[in-house]
Amino acid sequence: MANAATHDHHDHAHHAPQGFFQRWVMSTNHKDIGTLYLIFSLTMFFIGGAFAMVIRAELFKPGMQLVQPYFFNEMTTMHALVMIFGAIMPSFVGLANWMIPLMVGAPDMALPRMNNLSFWIMPFAFTLLLGTLFMPGGGPAGGWTMYPPLSLQGESIAYVVFAVHLMGISSIMGAINIIATILNMRAPGMDLLKMPVFVWSWLITAFLLIAVMPVLAGAVTMLLTDKYFHTNFFNAAGGGDPVLYQHIFWFFGHPEVYIMILPAFGIISEIIPTFARKPIFGYRAMVFAIASIAFLSFIVWAHHMFAVGLPMGAEIFFMYATMLIAVPTGVKVFNWVSTMWGGSMTFETPMLFSIAFVILFTIGGFSGLMLALAPADFQYHDTYFVVAHFHYVLVTGAAFSIMAAAYYWLPKWSGHMYNETWGKIHFWSSVISVNVLFFPQHFLGLAGMPRRIPDYNVAFANFNMISSIGGFWFGASQLIFLGVVVHCVFFSKKKAADRSWEGAKGLEWTVPSPAPHHTFDVPPVIHDDELAHGNTDH
Amino acid sequence: MALSGGVAMANPEPDQLNMTKGAAEWSPYGMHMVALWVCVVIGIVVFGAMFVAMFRFRKSRGAVAEKWSHSTKLEIVWTVIPVIILIFLAKLATGGLTSFADTTGSEMTIKVTGYQWKWRYDYVEYKGKPVDRVGFMSKLEESSDRTRQLKSNLDPDKIQVDGYKTYLLDVDKPLVVPVGTKIRFIIVGGDVIHSWWVPALGWKMDAIPGIANSAWTKLKEPGVYRGQCAELCGQDHGFMPIVVKAVPKAEFDQWLATQQDEAKVQQAAQTAQANPATAPQG
Repeated sequence: MANAATHDHHDHAHHAPQGFFQRWVMSTNHKDIGTLYLIFSLTMFFIGGAFAMVIRAELFKPGMQLVQPYFFNEMTTMHALVMIFGAIMPSFVGLANWMIPLMVGAPDMALPRMNNLSFWIMPFAFTLLLGTLFMPGGGPAGGWTMYPPLSLQGESIAYVVFAVHLMGISSIMGAINIIATILNMRAPGMDLLKMPVFVWSWLITAFLLIAVMPVLAGAVTMLLTDKYFHTNFFNAAGGGDPVLYQHIFWFFGHPEVYIMILPAFGIISEIIPTFARKPIFGYRAMVFAIASIAFLSFIVWAHHMFAVGLPMGAEIFFMYATMLIAVPTGVKVFNWVSTMWGGSMTFETPMLFSIAFVILFTIGGFSGLMLALAPADFQYHDTYFVVAHFHYVLVTGAAFSIMAAAYYWLPKWSGHMYNETWGKIHFWSSVISVNVLFFPQHFLGLAGMPRRIPDYNVAFANFNMISSIGGFWFGASQLIFLGVVVHCVFFSKKKAADRSWEGAKGLEWTVPSPAPHHTFDVPPVIHDDELAHGNTDH
Repeated sequence: MALSGGVAMANPEPDQLNMTKGAAEWSPYGMHMVALWVCVVIGIVVFGAMFVAMFRFRKSRGAVAEKWSHSTKLEIVWTVIPVIILIFLAKLATGGLTSFADTTGSEMTIKVTGYQWKWRYDYVEYKGKPVDRVGFMSKLEESSDRTRQLKSNLDPDKIQVDGYKTYLLDVDKPLVVPVGTKIRFIIVGGDVIHSWWVPALGWKMDAIPGIANSAWTKLKEPGVYRGQCAELCGQDHGFMPIVVKAVPKAEFDQWLATQQDEAKVQQAAQTAQANPATAPQG
């Protein structure tokens, strides 16, 4: 291996720039920008989480105790926007920044200056978005989906639209960078079908981003012109159609939900083989399943709209297409279980989060299958059943995978081992509380509680109180996560080995821990046996 | 009218865990239960296998990792079996969709209009004859409205009708309909998008400005069925309930006749007001 180059600590080019401003604000280094993305997304995770705490506090018992209904709507809207665009998506981009060059043997991202720009747009976008909360008229309160005509009643729509445009530009630039890096900068011998599944998942996700972010930008631009320039795209009185917006939005929105889960599939496909000490089962099927899910994501959008009164033919088409997604998703779950079968497993924190991911994401998948059945969806739609469904796939799915990834790669990033005991405490506290939080919401939805309401009938009181208790507990548990990460980075005395985990394979474990500022200046010589997926022919 | 008792489970009950069969001829309950059990069985198999693996193949028990990482046969099996299950579910669901979409043979038409934040009901047609000017607004009743104000300190549990706690689920004037009658609803939005949802009817339908959606129900038993707006429609989205009061046919006919008479009297009064020249001078 070409470790000689990366072990050369005397080379000044391998040190980070000394000045704080120069290092972090002017950075073109994939590791530093990855770190910035991860810190940013963790910050947004806590801000979005604070909004969720307001929601759960108001819903703690029947009657309005804390906030006005309009502010409650601002909270549900901002919680979703901040969590989706501020927490989940940037954290995956951060992981991509850090890990993709290390995993494919590239010295950096293909377009390092654009990388800097795509990160530094984000704080401005979110300053605009969050700033609306302090303006006269308040923040957006029409839901993160911004359906007109309701969203056009808000006074903050221009700010929100501009913020969404900025986030979209950032995402598209990030996606271009990732595609260019993966397709052009792999070390010799790193064939496409030898790449880690995480890299594959991001390659596919990046194409989804490029395909749909402009669609979202178009949809919100039409909102803007309807509001301020007297167009009538969505105004029925002027010959427009409010449902048109929903079609355009969900043509973005459904691929968007896979943008938030495909990289998670990649992460889990790296971690389970490491701790099962056994190669991933059916590598090619895993890659093909991700590609199939990505393709299907473009032809299922109207399953979010079963209750808008679509023609029956359309409902049948979108129902069948949606149900089909269960097949490649099932393949992935079965293959993860098969990877575990016959392994030699240990259960460090990343593995615990990954196993919880497989189980709880599958539960979210089950409710997804139920929601796909249009006649049943006439009942489930816009209830807490849906809220439970998408929190199972986004919190115990996407967010758990990000936490798993953080524990898995923290030793590589920081050069220290995190505290395993506290990591496990964080895991058990999170996994129990998250189920206390979201499982009862299935019952609430089936019993008839609509989503996005600030107050409810007394029949829903007990499960709402249980859910709120779970919510506060889950929120508090994430402070443990913060503590473990801060301790690991700044205070941990336990040095991490280059190959931090016994069963870990892949190029990222051949560089020192912490990874030096520059790695793979000289492309590594690749031995298939050292790759996680090097021998895919048998 | 016996409104509680037999049909009590049609409305949300404390600690209710599951959907109910509802009160209408068309119901998604069967579909829901089949899908639920399919998921439970698959879940037991998959999670069962996972837990067996986690127990048997742990390093601490001395398990040594095997080398295999592929099996075309297995992968075909777990692609084909889900496809078969999905075809079965799709067939069931397609049947449900077809019967839901069929509004033919309805004996009554009611137009439902969603407004921020109340509903309007207009009786359009009954037994093949147009109904003359029967329509009214329906909004959250007053005691709930007072209780739901921020920091009102009023007890939501105190609001009861016939022993059922109706906080936020009661209106000033319910929609009255006959049982055993196929009713077609035309659902529209007056300002923003709303969604008309009574769980006991088994469906919801969006009320969208500029679009006339249709749906139908045929209620089996007399009762009071409660629901809410299901599409976020602004600050009081949570405070625009729906109450459908189903009564025997004869009683409904009588109610409708009274409403039509009242409408006539009202119309006469309005005409008199509008044309003071023809009214007797005092």
